[in-house]
Order: sequence, then structure tokens, then C-alpha cells
Amino acid sequence: MPRIIPPWEIKRELLTKAEDTTNPKYGHRPSERPAKEYIQYGTINLDKPAGPTSHEVAAWVKKIMHLNNIGHGGTLEA
Amino acid sequence: MTGILPITLEDATKVVQAFLYSGKEYVCVMKLHGDVKEEQIKPVLKEFEDEIYQRPPLRSSVKRQLRTRRIYYIDYLELDGRNVLFKVGCEAGTYIRKLCFDIGEILGVGAHMQELRRTRSGSFIETSSTKVTLHDVAYWFGEWEQKKDEAILHKFIEPMENALTLLPKIVVRDSAVDALCHGANLTAPGVLSVEAGIEKGSILTIFTLKGEAVALAKALASTEEMLTLKHGAVAALERVLMLRGTYPKVWKSGNVNEQRQ
Repeated sequence: MPRIIPPWEIKRELLTKAEDTTNPKYGHRPSERPAKEYIQYGTINLDKPAGPTSHEVAAWVKKIMHLNNIGHGGTLEA
Repeated sequence: MTGILPITLEDATKVVQAFLYSGKEYVCVMKLHGDVKEEQIKPVLKEFEDEIYQRPPLRSSVKRQLRTRRIYYIDYLELDGRNVLFKVGCEAGTYIRKLCFDIGEILGVGAHMQELRRTRSGSFIETSSTKVTLHDVAYWFGEWEQKKDEAILHKFIEPMENALTLLPKIVVRDSAVDALCHGANLTAPGVLSVEAGIEKGSILTIFTLKGEAVALAKALASTEEMLTLKHGAVAALERVLMLRGTYPKVWKSGNVNEQRQ
């Protein structure tokens, strides 16, 4: 069977239909978000230690960063 | 189990559904229950680089029906006695424990998964400069609270947009944004660019020209149709990601900030 391409190796070309400008008055480039917003729309690439469950680890991050909401992508067994 | 666990902060948690289905990569130690030579092990691992059958184990949260999963690659790394070290890239929902059991069956001696470490979850990888441990998070957050230097946040937090790079994208005009934030379908005139290869039914992300994620959506047309259509809905919203009012409301005439009479 021919090698299945992993999704992260797929390259897609961005095709332009029309051109337009964006008003600097509204929104922010993600890397330029002010602190509060940067955190509000942020993710952490966490290297989970052995022991605690994924849920416990996420709850721990929520606590030390005083957040209202936290989520995690894909449970890793303790 | 250790390794890459993407954490979403506050409103970024809305993107979780996008990467629960993304591919993963693991490094695994498989313990064989008998002695097998390296020359026998390598070809058997390669056999599993395919679409394989799996039934979820007893202790699982999903329905225990037979299903298939794709193994993108298995790279044999090392043999030490009866311990086999290998790297595996696979579709979300692949049980590596079951994979080890099945490899053991084919080898004839039996095997079990001894240790597992996740090295990739979608676009989150081990070699990323922003990959952090819990200690790092506590350290950097403490530094941030003390110094209030925004550069510190960038050391351990990434914008949620980086988690969406594996999904195809559409870039839209400023004037289309707020309607999308209210849940409206994306219509043809709002489209500026489209990535190649989108099919009807594909999940995609809608972005502004500034690179902000507006919403997760489902394609109602293919890339080619989206590029040529002049009217009609091209994508249906699945999840709004941007706050309403970030971009101004635009009324039918298309004039930004026109007051409603």
C-alpha cells in the first residue's frame, strides 16, 4: 500500500479570488494581541509529566494562571 | 503516559474540537514476550503502516465497535533485549496498546505496550520552542505577574490560530466578519482567498486578513466553486471563535459604519 501522507505533511496552495485591505482600527494580528486578549485566545504546548491525569494537569494550569476556563486536546493516560 | 498535551486557555477552548481529530505521533517501548530477531521485527512493523482494524479496549469511553484507523508510519528505532523502541504516526483515536498487542500476535510471541510518550498532537510538537513543562508555566507566569513584560507571555503561550494550521482555510473581507461572528453562513462575495483541495463537507477555518480565526465552518462548496461563484452560501458555521463586535457591523449596502435609520 502506498504511504499514507500524515496530515501535517499536506501542503495546500492559497488561491486568491479577490484582493482587499484590512482596517487597522479593528482586531489585532494574533501575535500582537494585548496581554489580556493574548491569554484569552491562547494555547499552551504542555509536556505532561507522568502521574497526574490530563484533567488534573489542565486544572492545575487553570489554578496557577487564575483562569475562568481551560480545555485540553486529547487525554493522555496518567 | 507523558508528552504533548495541548492546553487551551479561556475562549481558545472553543478550538478543542478542531484538534481532537488531528493526527498524533508517539514514541513507544513495546515489550515482547519472547526473543525475536531484529530482521523479523522490522518487516512486521512495516506491515502495520496501513489502514488497520481496531476495537476499543474494555476500559474506554467510546462505543466498542470494530473500526479502522490509519497508521501513517512506524519507524523502528532500537531493540534492547525484548524491548522494541519505535516511533508511530497515526490517526486520532488509534490505540497504541492494541497495536502492540497485534504486533506481538503477528510475531508469534505476544507483546504489550510498556511505555508511551506523545511527541505530536496535531500541530503541537515536541521540538517547538514554546513547549513547556508545568514548572515552566509556573515560572513564566510568575515572571509575567512580577514584570508585566508582554514578551514573557510569548515564551509559553501561543495564539490559538497556530493550533488550526492543519485545517484548510478561507480568508474573508473585513465586511464579512461580524455577520460570521453572529452565526451567519459565509457567502461567496465575502471570500478573498481559498486553499486548494477543499471538498463539500470539509471542516475549515475562516480567517481575517490579519490572520485572526473567525470561525470553524463546514464547506458547502469545493475550492473551485468558491473561487468562481458570485452568490450563495459557501460555508456553514460550526463554531464562532471571534467575539461579536470585534469588526463593525456592515449593513446590506456594504458601507461600513453606516447608521441604521
